[in-house]
Amino acid sequence: MKKYILKRVLLSIVILFFVTLIIYTLMRCLPTSYIEAIARQKSMQPGSKSFEEWMEQLSAMYNLDTGILTGFFRWWGQMLRGNFGDSWVYTIPVTEQFNKTIWLSFVMNVITMFFEIIIAVPLGIIAATKQYSKTDYTISVLALAGISLPTFFFASLLKLVFSVHLKWFDLFGLVGRNYEQLDAFHQFLDKANHLVLPCITIIVISIGGLMRYTRTNMLEVLNSDYIRTARAKGLSERKVIYHHAFRNTLIPLVTIIGGMLPGLFSGALITETLYALPGIGYAAYHSMVGGDIPFSMFYLTFLAILTLMGNLIADILYAVVDPRVRIA
Amino acid sequence: MSEEIRKDGQEVPETEENKEPQYSLNDDRRVKVLSPGAMVAKRFFRNRIAMVGLVILIFMFAFSFIGGIISPYEEDQLFYRTDYLKKEYCSAIENKEFRYLQAPGQDFSSIIQAQMVLALQKKAETFSYKGIDYKVEQAGEDFYIAHLADGTEIGLAFKDVFSASEEGVKMSYDFTREALRAATNGQSRFSAEGQNYSLDDSGIISQGDKEIGYVSRYVVQPLMGDVFLTRDFKEQLLEALESDTEEFLFTDADGVQSDYTIEFNAAAGKYTVKQARESRVYDTYAAPSSKHWLGTDRNGMDMLTRLMYGGRVSLIIGFIVELIANFIGVILGGVSGYFGGWVDMLIMRIVDIFYCIPSMPIIIILGAAMDAQLVDPKIRMVYLMLILGFLSWPGVARMIRGQILSLREQEFMMATEATGISVNRRIFKHLVPNVIPLLIVSASMGIGSTIIMEATLSFLGLGVKFPFASWGNIINDVNDTFVLTNYWFIWIPAGILLLGTVLAFNLVGDGLRDAFDPRMKR
Repeated sequence: MKKYILKRVLLSIVILFFVTLIIYTLMRCLPTSYIEAIARQKSMQPGSKSFEEWMEQLSAMYNLDTGILTGFFRWWGQMLRGNFGDSWVYTIPVTEQFNKTIWLSFVMNVITMFFEIIIAVPLGIIAATKQYSKTDYTISVLALAGISLPTFFFASLLKLVFSVHLKWFDLFGLVGRNYEQLDAFHQFLDKANHLVLPCITIIVISIGGLMRYTRTNMLEVLNSDYIRTARAKGLSERKVIYHHAFRNTLIPLVTIIGGMLPGLFSGALITETLYALPGIGYAAYHSMVGGDIPFSMFYLTFLAILTLMGNLIADILYAVVDPRVRIA
Repeated sequence: MSEEIRKDGQEVPETEENKEPQYSLNDDRRVKVLSPGAMVAKRFFRNRIAMVGLVILIFMFAFSFIGGIISPYEEDQLFYRTDYLKKEYCSAIENKEFRYLQAPGQDFSSIIQAQMVLALQKKAETFSYKGIDYKVEQAGEDFYIAHLADGTEIGLAFKDVFSASEEGVKMSYDFTREALRAATNGQSRFSAEGQNYSLDDSGIISQGDKEIGYVSRYVVQPLMGDVFLTRDFKEQLLEALESDTEEFLFTDADGVQSDYTIEFNAAAGKYTVKQARESRVYDTYAAPSSKHWLGTDRNGMDMLTRLMYGGRVSLIIGFIVELIANFIGVILGGVSGYFGGWVDMLIMRIVDIFYCIPSMPIIIILGAAMDAQLVDPKIRMVYLMLILGFLSWPGVARMIRGQILSLREQEFMMATEATGISVNRRIFKHLVPNVIPLLIVSASMGIGSTIIMEATLSFLGLGVKFPFASWGNIINDVNDTFVLTNYWFIWIPAGILLLGTVLAFNLVGDGLRDAFDPRMKR
């Protein structure tokens, strides 16, 4: 087991190396970058140096005067020391900006994942136990509709109904206009109020996937021989489903939910941007649109690490939860 | 496709009822034999939900591809409406201050002018300044002539202003004096410098038949740069001002009649004249009507037509992206799965690497870069398809490899090997057909998610760009909170079409999977 995990971790690091190489090359090859804009702006000022001179100086300042490979290895060297440089758009160290924004995204994702699981899993099981019934069709179609909903459309609908017409929530932002005047408890309530719509958006969009996954796996278990045996020996349907079938469905469920755990940190790029919530996704969106290479590099690397960790956790959990596939 | 195979060419019974008793139980003719394809089709067509999806899809295709042809409008045809716009045209100020005119060769400096006004306020007729005595003669209402003590005229002070009919004409001092004298005393004719002039009630001065100017208390100035105010207009304006009416009509030299409104600004003591003119403006955000069933968008283009063309773009992008992804995915996944060994190892690591690249952020970065480069919208669309396609193949490759790995171990593949069928034939005749069902299912669902991806990018302004329509960039307008609140017809139809299409692809994909894989059936 240890050997297996070690092997997987090493492989992940190799993959991460190549992923970052591709991302770095891409970022360096982008035709117009942030510093060109700055150099152009600076060279416009009266009595300033020429554009070329500014480019040279700024490139040296931002470590962009080297070849791509040299720059890449230098970047890796810095990264291993935990230094990702300064963000160009936010003008503070990347890690500081990360620390400022990640917790909001994390809290939001924890809330949405909690609701996702407690809604999706029971519904998936109900749909599977009543296969081809009206309930099953309704749940399945609703799940598919959730998957098919474009985030921005659903968010706009929610805003129209709950913000514009019912006036329950604000359209944008994390805090209300009079946030500063509130006491700590009401400040918390204010923030919670602003998180309701974004959380609903994410839950509805992402619930379908887990629901269908639960249904498929439950069906597979229900069609297996030992369930037929359980029924044949006269167990109650309740006992068959919750004692025998559900426990076995838990194996793939725990695996996939375990794989989702690193994703709690990834932020919701589109939703955060739509609601202007200062989370990691929103910060990343603005840095990417603004051509902020250090922060974008950091965010992309971070996402790649999260994906790799998710796969790793899923594989390891699979081996841990299900003794049948344990690798010696 | 369902083909009924009968053992012999006997007459076919017409209805089910009289067929039943004719054959014995073990007669082959009682058995319908369906090809596997027909079985799949039958299962698929029996699935009601999948049928709903199929109907929606057919509607969407008809809407997008035929609709654009039927629609009477073009994709980027602009519509106009006529609107009355009130523009500030000119201003009129009632002259309440004295204006001064110096006689030729005399000294009538501002200090003397001020002394004169002081004297007038004291109702004195003489005043002195620096030892020189001056006389003031009232020559009419608010019209004074200043003299030196010896009777030499040095200047005029007046409130009524003479304006010449023709631009740039300067009248002499004597003329001005006589004209003002006549105007302020209500005379109808006067003479100056040996010429005779006549003066009518509204202050117009003419020499013979020729009008040369007018005298008025109001100073009229155009507010727009290229406007020359004709005498007729000024005359009409003055009439209106004197009779305190707020609106008047005026037909200019080109015969265009416009409506003018006069507004008095008390603080500035100024009349502002606004011209209401019929002008052609873009018909933006027009409400749904019989001419535009879903109204018009922010550029004044027909919404329904934009939706049709937008559907075309969204569907075509979905198909091409899926084609690219499946092409790369099938080849790499197939090679990897069939040959195994180090080839498999290498390709799967490449897949792992590409699988880890976060596609949405990458596309956002590339989209922003293309924005900065001002890439042509048409070329941009091609790039978008290539990028999306190139980022979504790893999933396909993984799936195909898995399928081929499991197929390779099955008995029929061993049989093909044992019978010595060539590698090409083994791959294309025996392996590929078994992969295709899976591919169709994954592709139909993939198209749905690609359409969402493209719409999201276009919504963020980083995908398909104006002048091309796409469902995403049509909804983009909702970023403007005013549109979100007031113009539902701008974004709700596009959203419903988007949702319907993606849902339909998913429903059909689901139905196909069930049809291909009967093990999941009861």
